[in-house]
Amino acid sequence: MYLIRQFEEVCGEMYTRGLIRGFLHLYIGQEAIAVGAISRLQPHDYIVTHYRDHGHALARGVASNRTMAELFGRIGGLNKGKGGSMHLFDAEKGVMGGHAIVGGQFPLAAGLAFSHQYRKTDGICLVFFGDGATNQGTYHEVMNLAAVWKLPMLFFLENNLYGMGSRFDRVRGGGDDFYTGAAMYGIEHAVAVDGMDVLAVQEATEVAIKGIRAGNGPAFIEAKTFRFQGHSMADPVKYRDSAETEAWEARDPIVTFPRDLLAQELVTEAELEKIRASVDDEVAEAVKFAENSPFPPDEELYTDIYA
Amino acid sequence: MTEITFRQALQRGLREALDADPDVFLMGEDIGKYGGAYAVTQGLLEKYGPDRIRDTPISEAAFVGAGVGAAVAGLRPVVELMSMSFSLVAADQIVNMAAKIRYMSGGQVKVPMVLRAPTGGGVQLGATHSQSFENWWASTPGLKVVSPSNPYDALGLLRSAIEDDNPVIFAENALLYGMRGDVPDDEYRVPLGVADVKRSGSDITMVGWAHGIVTLLDAADKLSETGVSAEVVDLRTLRPLDMDTVVGSVEKTGRALVLDENWRTGGLGAEVAAEIGYRCSDILDGPVARVAGADAPAPYSRPLEQLGIPQTQGVIDEIEKTYGL
Repeated sequence: MYLIRQFEEVCGEMYTRGLIRGFLHLYIGQEAIAVGAISRLQPHDYIVTHYRDHGHALARGVASNRTMAELFGRIGGLNKGKGGSMHLFDAEKGVMGGHAIVGGQFPLAAGLAFSHQYRKTDGICLVFFGDGATNQGTYHEVMNLAAVWKLPMLFFLENNLYGMGSRFDRVRGGGDDFYTGAAMYGIEHAVAVDGMDVLAVQEATEVAIKGIRAGNGPAFIEAKTFRFQGHSMADPVKYRDSAETEAWEARDPIVTFPRDLLAQELVTEAELEKIRASVDDEVAEAVKFAENSPFPPDEELYTDIYA
Repeated sequence: MTEITFRQALQRGLREALDADPDVFLMGEDIGKYGGAYAVTQGLLEKYGPDRIRDTPISEAAFVGAGVGAAVAGLRPVVELMSMSFSLVAADQIVNMAAKIRYMSGGQVKVPMVLRAPTGGGVQLGATHSQSFENWWASTPGLKVVSPSNPYDALGLLRSAIEDDNPVIFAENALLYGMRGDVPDDEYRVPLGVADVKRSGSDITMVGWAHGIVTLLDAADKLSETGVSAEVVDLRTLRPLDMDTVVGSVEKTGRALVLDENWRTGGLGAEVAAEIGYRCSDILDGPVARVAGADAPAPYSRPLEQLGIPQTQGVIDEIEKTYGL
């Protein structure tokens, strides 16, 4: 979690310095979800996610230096600099994007899950999405498709309450909870979890995946969470008051989780410091790697259009 | 050689692929138990079973995108849309997912998927069911688009499309399903991206594709009665365009006509005409002649609908008007 937080903080700085351009959506505040959920996956499982995707890639063990180089638009980036922040891919690790059309990732995830079913493996596809995506048609279409085909698929809603500047209750008629709607499509296992509690997320994911691997069909988890910063770097956050943000920040998993570990004497302050120092070094190295990686050569404009 | 219909040619191609490669599977609306809206997949469910012949909900975005996901995972889906008109419901998955996922990932994945769909008008299905959006998809980098004009090409192109590692839109003009033609018994291929001279001639090059070739071959017959020798070039693949074959023909004849059965404005015919004009300006005897469908929604009423679809006489008149032939 600390790696994601530090990586995102540095991304923000790099954006301010003009080294990262385009749209940049930071995952700060939601780290417990990516870490808790992805820690329960097997190597052959797939992850499909939304445009706020750095945390998922890093939680999956994708190289931080190549991730940073991608954000810098360099040839050493994960996608050779052709994807950018919103489209991180690492196919070897089963990270199948980063998708920037809200809700566009659901059908892709269904197809990846289908491939496991077709080949009779016990693999699954974990698809992350935000509350904003639940108002897209693909959300409803794919929940139905996954249920009727019993696809090995885990729908993971990161409900951070805001779709860009619109609080969910301004654009949704279905009430505060989203997970209760899954039953309507025939998804029997659907639960809510505290998205600020990494162990709770881990536990909920473990239970859900066990059922999916057993052949029970798709499952649904709604994690209640909050992004501490704006939707993107361009967002001055005028649509919500600071009291709401402060209340969530008081539950910051980067603070509370180590505090709990210390209280239970599972870790020492010295050990935590060592981890933090090592992460800080890694992120600093990632920036150096990115800066030293050249921009893609001209011929890259026309490569990878076709196989 | 065996004489079969266009529909039978497609079914033969699908059966061969299902037999040859366990990674090939079919999905679409009512392709299984119902047998396919145009009966191309009739009998396949019984032979290959429901795991490989998948009936889907009426959720075009979901199952087209699921095809992309399955292809990214290494399977070779052949997805059927009940009509090319419905491709718009899946437009985001076609344009933003199928066409872009390879490029955006820096070449980490590929999309070996075929998206088949009946297309075209002329049978009074009204404005929303008579459209040919393969024209639109042909402008999208990352996609390949084919549209055969006879059973031989249909089978040869389908074999190539299923074996290709890229997303291929396979547009089947619904007027052609019953067309009969000779097909060799061996496993020939028609390569993607290669146009074909369907009839040789020396006075004018007539370019078209799919059902338009029926009209052009008929026009060529009529023109020959008045001593005009017309060459007919069938594009077969709409992306990538084989302009070299087209230009080679125009360099021989010095005259060109482009037939596009779809809307005139901004369509593929306009692109082909512009390229001919650009590459052959010092050879051409006059402007590139154009015949296209009416810039209007397709009306239901038969006389009105036919008025909007290019006919043989329209081609002959356009050539007379442009070149005085």
